[in-house]
Amino acid sequence: MTGEKKKKIIKTIKIDADKCNGCRACEVICSAFHAAPKYSSNNPERSRIRVIRHPLKDIYVPVYAGEYAPAECMGRDKYVIDGKEYDECAFCRSSCPSRDIFKEPDSGLPLKCDMCEGEDEPLCVKWCINDALILEEREEEVEDVEEREELEIGLASLVNKHGLQKILDTVARMSLAKKG
Amino acid sequence: MRYAETGYNLEVDLTRGNIERVETDPRDTELYLGGLGTNAKILWDRVPPEVEPFSPDNLLIFATGLLCGTPAIGCNRTIVSTISPQTELMAFSMMGGFWAPELKYAGYDKVILRGKSPDLVYLWIKDDQVEIRDATHLKGKGAVETAELIRQELKEPKAQVAAIGLAGENRVYFASIEQGRSSASRGGIGAVMGDKGVKAVVVRGTKDVNVARPAEFMGLCNDVMQYIKFRNENPIPGVMPILAGLGSPQEMKVHDEKWHTENFMWGNSRVRRKDFWNEDIAKAWTETLDTMRTRLISCYNCPMTCGATISPPGLPTYMMKCFSKLTYTMAAFSDLEFGLGIAQSATEYGVDGFSAPQVMAFALELYENGILTDDDFPGMPSDNEGRFYWLLDKIVRREGIGDVLANGTYWAARKIGKGAEAYAHNNIKKHEQLPLKLSMLNPIYFLMYATGEKMNITQIEGQFPQAPFPKIEQREEFVADWFQVPDEKFKQYFLDWEPRGEKSIPYYPTPEMCCDIVDWQERMHYIDDALGMCAGLSSFPLKPPYHIHNYPKFIASGAGVDMDEAKLTQAAKRYRTLVRANNIRRGMRRKDEKPPENHWKKRFPELEEKLLDTYYRFKGWNDQGIPTQASLHELGLDYVFEDFEKRGVYSENGEAPSETTPEGKDREVQP
Repeated sequence: MTGEKKKKIIKTIKIDADKCNGCRACEVICSAFHAAPKYSSNNPERSRIRVIRHPLKDIYVPVYAGEYAPAECMGRDKYVIDGKEYDECAFCRSSCPSRDIFKEPDSGLPLKCDMCEGEDEPLCVKWCINDALILEEREEEVEDVEEREELEIGLASLVNKHGLQKILDTVARMSLAKKG
Repeated sequence: MRYAETGYNLEVDLTRGNIERVETDPRDTELYLGGLGTNAKILWDRVPPEVEPFSPDNLLIFATGLLCGTPAIGCNRTIVSTISPQTELMAFSMMGGFWAPELKYAGYDKVILRGKSPDLVYLWIKDDQVEIRDATHLKGKGAVETAELIRQELKEPKAQVAAIGLAGENRVYFASIEQGRSSASRGGIGAVMGDKGVKAVVVRGTKDVNVARPAEFMGLCNDVMQYIKFRNENPIPGVMPILAGLGSPQEMKVHDEKWHTENFMWGNSRVRRKDFWNEDIAKAWTETLDTMRTRLISCYNCPMTCGATISPPGLPTYMMKCFSKLTYTMAAFSDLEFGLGIAQSATEYGVDGFSAPQVMAFALELYENGILTDDDFPGMPSDNEGRFYWLLDKIVRREGIGDVLANGTYWAARKIGKGAEAYAHNNIKKHEQLPLKLSMLNPIYFLMYATGEKMNITQIEGQFPQAPFPKIEQREEFVADWFQVPDEKFKQYFLDWEPRGEKSIPYYPTPEMCCDIVDWQERMHYIDDALGMCAGLSSFPLKPPYHIHNYPKFIASGAGVDMDEAKLTQAAKRYRTLVRANNIRRGMRRKDEKPPENHWKKRFPELEEKLLDTYYRFKGWNDQGIPTQASLHELGLDYVFEDFEKRGVYSENGEAPSETTPEGKDREVQP
């Protein structure tokens, strides 16, 4: 599986919460970009970025939707920074059963930031002219990994869950059954 | 399908506890756009002049602008309209913040309140689910406090809350409606809310807002964003800093208050302190602001940071914007620390930041001059700051002299008598104005003050420079990229305008030119108020990103309404006339249209009459300021003419002049 070294662009959004003015333009433009047809509607509830806001506590934290979590965490976190108590799981990016953010309001399906594929930069970054959101790109050398096929990815996760032997046994049994 | 707007209003009958979702007529959008425009139409149709401000039949309308909730940058204003208890005319105070877009996402363009609730309630709107909920446990709570308590009890941290404080509950004539960092303050609309028994209107919405032609609309939004960046990097040279950039005056940002403190009046809009500002004061005030200000903040979908979170030592945090930074300080001849501190109480009580300090300074002036005596102020502290806190408390509770003062300087002076009227010297149409007293009559400002029905000069002025530039080269530079003008002639007006000599105020700009300039300024404000756009990105600053040339495109591609400059100008004229029609029907006439006597030292009565005559004619109004049959017909407002005829508005024996208040009009608040 190991190959030669290859250059890869790593995209990071630097979130400078101190500069956030709480306007939620990022939520507006994100949900508009991801509407179908593009820009035909907007709805912050569909946005893949949310500003956690508590103006009176001076809390402004833009959070991006990350990986879907099928189950909630066994323990939850709650941060206190500089005397400000943040909501439970405030910094977590997951769409998860324990809370209502990063889910399509109609279907409940999870949302995930895709960095506005096809645009020069994520539109939340473009619309945040106060520079609370800054796109940073850097090159990193990574090992060239052979692309795996879709089937292999699926099988790998089954192996992960049930063990290789059980999968092999099942495939053998199915194969026998089909032959009749 | 409706675009930009939802096509539905919420009709709430508080007396019966009935709530209905009512579809609106899309033709009204073409004729009156939305926001203020459709509000004016609803008030015309449903609130005849016999209806008193505190009648259950008065309406209190919370409206979103037509483009609120779309990605149009800075389009977030809630336009609240009703009949004002103070002016007895149509009030349309506005607030930014986050409330209007939230209402759109919940699926409504307006919330129309009528009737009166027997007990204190709040309205909870969550998408299709709308409830009238008990608020008796919130009685007497502060406006900011109320918002937090409601969010907690509903477990809805993202709900947007528009609430009144004690002043609104007690029907103080200058009570505000507070919402986050914003408030709808002018005209006492918070008193009407309190009279209706509504403590708060709470909204949470999770639906889509659609636009008609997405690619085109987004292109326009991007242009605006680029232009905002350009203007932020290129302030206008030759004007004072607060006029050089975009946004509301950046009072939360600036430390240098030399201009305000030395040019605006102190106390009861009386005293000018020409040498006030010095290094020591600059240092102390800078320290105060830096210590109390935690962050500069914005309204929904707007990059301008016009507001701030303020945490005075030992007091709860609140949010502030603009000139209320200095109104309390200057009314009390005090310092910034006092001003930012008392504004915390004032925000929780929910009072207008212009009227409230002026009313208190007025009371103390009456006291100093023996018109009010110690008997009127039992237990009042002797120090100046203490007196202001004491008075504020009495006013919002309507206790003792506070009950009289709670009606504002105009009504309080009439009640007090003994020559008190002379001290209520800074009103137009019974409403307290900015504390400004100047030297030479400015003909443009004369017309704006006289005929403005938004009652506040900052909500009427803008676009055209406030004063001529000294050198022709500076003027040429200014007009070079002035593409916002509706017509090239405005550039010439400005190029020819001199600080001194033949072409200077008061005779230049000529009355005809003044008509053009005032009409343009007013038109842009009225368009903003129908679309829900913040004046800070449009009608107020010089060279704004929104203007008469791109607005029709925003409306056409956003709302899907066929629009061009001529049609938009006509629509704005239509609902502007309807605002006037509402007020004419309530008795407003030429005699009411005058700036305070002492606003300028040098007055020119003949010129002023000529200005008013010329402007009335220009607007299609007769010499009493009443829209004529022909001008109403041209705007498709024949129904207004018919009503005027029926009421005898045109005939000499029409309405009783409002100066001679009919018997029983000396209204007092019932316990």
